[in-house]
Amino acid sequence: MYPLTLSRFTLTSCLGSGLQATRQALLDGRSGLTHARLDDATSETFVGRVSALSDMRLPQPWADWECRNNRLAYLALHQDDFAHHARRAAARYGPGRVGVLIGTTTSGIRETEQAFTQRDADGALPATFRYRQVHAGFAVADFVRTVLGLQGPATVISTACSSSAKVFPAAARMIASGMIDAAIVGGVDTLCNTTLFGFRSLELLSTTPCQPFDADRAGLSLGEAGAFALVERATGAGDANEVLLLGAGESSDAYHMSAPHPEGLGARLAIESALASAGLSAQDIDYVNLHGTGTRTNDAAEDKAITGLLGTRVACSSTKGATGHTLGAAGAVELVLSALAIQTRTLPGGITTKRQDPVLRCNFLTHPQSGRVRRVLSNSFGFGGSNCALLIGAQAP
Amino acid sequence: MNGLGGSSIWVRAIGVCGSDLNTWPGTRAVLRGESALPTGATPIPLCSKLPAAERRRASKIVNLAMGAGSEAVASAGLDAATLPSIFATSSGDGENCHAICSALASPDSSDHQISPTRFHNSVHNAAAGYWAIATGAMAPSTTLNAYDGSFSAALIEAKAALSTGIEDVLVTVFDAPYPEPLHSKRPIASSLGVALALSATAGPGRLARLRIDLTDHAPDRMALGSLEALRCSCPSARGLPLLERIARGTHGLVRLDYLEDVRLEIDIDPV
Repeated sequence: MYPLTLSRFTLTSCLGSGLQATRQALLDGRSGLTHARLDDATSETFVGRVSALSDMRLPQPWADWECRNNRLAYLALHQDDFAHHARRAAARYGPGRVGVLIGTTTSGIRETEQAFTQRDADGALPATFRYRQVHAGFAVADFVRTVLGLQGPATVISTACSSSAKVFPAAARMIASGMIDAAIVGGVDTLCNTTLFGFRSLELLSTTPCQPFDADRAGLSLGEAGAFALVERATGAGDANEVLLLGAGESSDAYHMSAPHPEGLGARLAIESALASAGLSAQDIDYVNLHGTGTRTNDAAEDKAITGLLGTRVACSSTKGATGHTLGAAGAVELVLSALAIQTRTLPGGITTKRQDPVLRCNFLTHPQSGRVRRVLSNSFGFGGSNCALLIGAQAP
Repeated sequence: MNGLGGSSIWVRAIGVCGSDLNTWPGTRAVLRGESALPTGATPIPLCSKLPAAERRRASKIVNLAMGAGSEAVASAGLDAATLPSIFATSSGDGENCHAICSALASPDSSDHQISPTRFHNSVHNAAAGYWAIATGAMAPSTTLNAYDGSFSAALIEAKAALSTGIEDVLVTVFDAPYPEPLHSKRPIASSLGVALALSATAGPGRLARLRIDLTDHAPDRMALGSLEALRCSCPSARGLPLLERIARGTHGLVRLDYLEDVRLEIDIDPV
């Protein structure tokens, strides 16, 4: 099944729209998190907001799809010439031979939350509320497929915070089985009250910018982002900048709906499976982009999985201090950040982390660090105990 | 149409749990015309496999998925603890979604508190999470959403998994109605969970062999009006034409709803 080539990728987050803005923010060690107040005005937090979305409207042909999540998808698709390259792939393989697999957790539910405040005297939602294009979990994959003019298989994968990591092995299986020749994969999730108030109720929402792996970490910061990749079979003809998907592993915790297995057992299984699928061993990994949400239990469990399997020397960091936790988009966001680490030979720092928790033993970088990066492990773990580990790398030396 | 690749997959067992159809033997009798489609909603049985704390928190859609999945796994004689799983649902837990949106819309901000259970039940993979806890399954599991094509999307993912080294996989597709006001916008009228235990290889006790492809032909309709109404009433019922062929033991092509411009075409051979 592997390797596959990530022939194009793009990212739009609170760090900026497109790869150039993202690269610069990473090099500068800049966080995109900003202060926010929940709309009941009682709680404060920090969020990674894509400010361009507020004034943006979808072009007329797509007006029925108008919602913040589809706007973010559209904005992200049109950075770095991504949509152009996706259409070229469709022309090359045939539009029915390019799949669409997108991860999201809340789709356009932000608009449903607003529509509920506009119910009429009989309790009905406004006539303008369009369930299929806005609320439906499938809406974002439907929208991307429509905008790009694709005619192949399509699905949303929605497994909480592992959603858009899992689109990569799902696309790999579809390509390997001969169903498709290429896939548009990615993740899109937007800030909404369901997740802001939901994480607050779990007492997992930090009132300061999240500090993954810090001794004083006090929860996560939410963010919104759209990230996409064009995945195709590797031909061996890529240039020096080519980034390959080397393998992936998936597992279930079978432990608890919202807390990780305390020993990181599910996470460990996913990483072991990713290594096996790539034919690599622990010492082949140069950098781990941690799930690293900044909650007490998540970071502790992940640290056990990482140090138990890879030891305490491999460089690790969480980029969620820069982007916030973008939930269903996090897997694809962090895959793109990991690919940039390989291309720019710079490991991103966990820039909001001041003092690593002495109980956590992994080699956590608090500042960007330059150096040769050949192979990167990117972790994503979600509610319901859904785990996915991705392995990417530069071409064989 | 496109040529998804020629490999076959085999149906080992089927499970059904819902307000209109329940259990595979019961569903099979209805689909063969040996008994009438029950009128009036059957209560959804609570899943006995969950630990007590999870059983209290599990909602209707979790019980639909658990009921259908448990029946298919037991009939297939498979070990759920080691079985990879594919879940698919269009709307997930609509009652939970309604409760969250209602609370967040309250003019009194003190009502905006969402309980932790409500929040973790809001994830689309809630049923998959409860399934893993109940069965101890640490194997890979995914949860898909392709609107009215969710049943077909799950079959496509199963075909992909089974052609890349997985021997057996459990597919569970389920949906249930929203309360108003979302019901008017997305009128799902019945509750139905359908599970298929699928295998990459032939073997004793297989119910059918399937060859899955894409087509631009229209989806098949059910001949009987009440069953056609059920097929249209719930995304997980979009697989009924396939179940009918398996129930009747007939071979040939069946076409299922998938995306607006693409449908699934399944060549069925009884074995």
